[in-house]
Amino acid sequence: MKTIDSNEVQEILNDFVEKDVYIHLETTNGAYASHLDENAYNVGAYIRNAQVSFNQAKIIKDDKIYRVGLKLEMGWIYAEGLTDWELTEKKELLLAGHDRNGRLMVALEISEVPFQY
Amino acid sequence: MEKHVVVIYPHPDDESFGAAGTITQFRKQGVPVTYLCGTLGEMGRNMGTPPFANRESLPEIRKEELVKACNVLDVELKMLGYRDKTMEYEDRGEVAAHLKGILEEIQPSLVITHYPDHAVHPDHNALGAAAIEAVRLINPEKRPTVWAQAITNTYYEEIGIPDISNDITHYFDTKMEAISAHSSQVDGILSQFTQKDGEYIINEDIKERFSTEQFFTWNFED
Repeated sequence: MKTIDSNEVQEILNDFVEKDVYIHLETTNGAYASHLDENAYNVGAYIRNAQVSFNQAKIIKDDKIYRVGLKLEMGWIYAEGLTDWELTEKKELLLAGHDRNGRLMVALEISEVPFQY
Repeated sequence: MEKHVVVIYPHPDDESFGAAGTITQFRKQGVPVTYLCGTLGEMGRNMGTPPFANRESLPEIRKEELVKACNVLDVELKMLGYRDKTMEYEDRGEVAAHLKGILEEIQPSLVITHYPDHAVHPDHNALGAAAIEAVRLINPEKRPTVWAQAITNTYYEEIGIPDISNDITHYFDTKMEAISAHSSQVDGILSQFTQKDGEYIINEDIKERFSTEQFFTWNFED
């Protein structure tokens, strides 16, 4: 993946507007968080291949990280802490936030075809 | 001597961290070993250091790493096809029946798996429980022995001292080679004790962590 360029990502987000798309959204601090630090809590959530359509999509830079918000007809999808992106050969837009050690903290992915299951 | 050993863990790399030395010990004795790997670690948080994987490419990468590690350990590999982080939501009976079918085909004398509720990761606990259930469903006369591996910080206090303690110092290099095969997951960990020329700095901490593999013999009488 490469460091996010808002202009490039915004252009790709625009291409998905008003289309039926599949979403992968997740955040995690790892399955071993409370094993390695007894004061920590394991936190994580993911949703894969949720089919949605959004009428607005925006990427916003905040210092070194990015946020993306997608406006649905009856709701919102949001991800914060994004740092890197990639457009795969299958035209899947992958957005991810990595920590200093390269570990994944958050991911938001959008595709017109379902993600492999 | 064991006839055939089956190792059942959910993630590519569990076998290397958990039982690589013990597996190598069995292989040196000529005992066949089969690894039933539950998932492809699709939801792993480590992406390599620096990252070379992404959420969508990770399953294929981890599958290649798994095959490589199994070649290092000289074991037969069967992938069970479940999905990372979902094993506890699968029907326990269905997973147990799936495993029982494979075990009846292989007819192992020993099964190695995680100790349910003492294996930290929900997938570890769930697959360990299903594996033990699978063995429980086998006719007692044909039942293989089960070694269950506990890795919580509190298992000593809660379930005691493991009755099987394998000193695998002789197989330390093979274990490190198997662990190293899982680059996407372990580059960060390994870089902490790898010198510039690629030699490991083997301090006492690492030795203690990696040179003993411990298991509880499961008691089916309870």
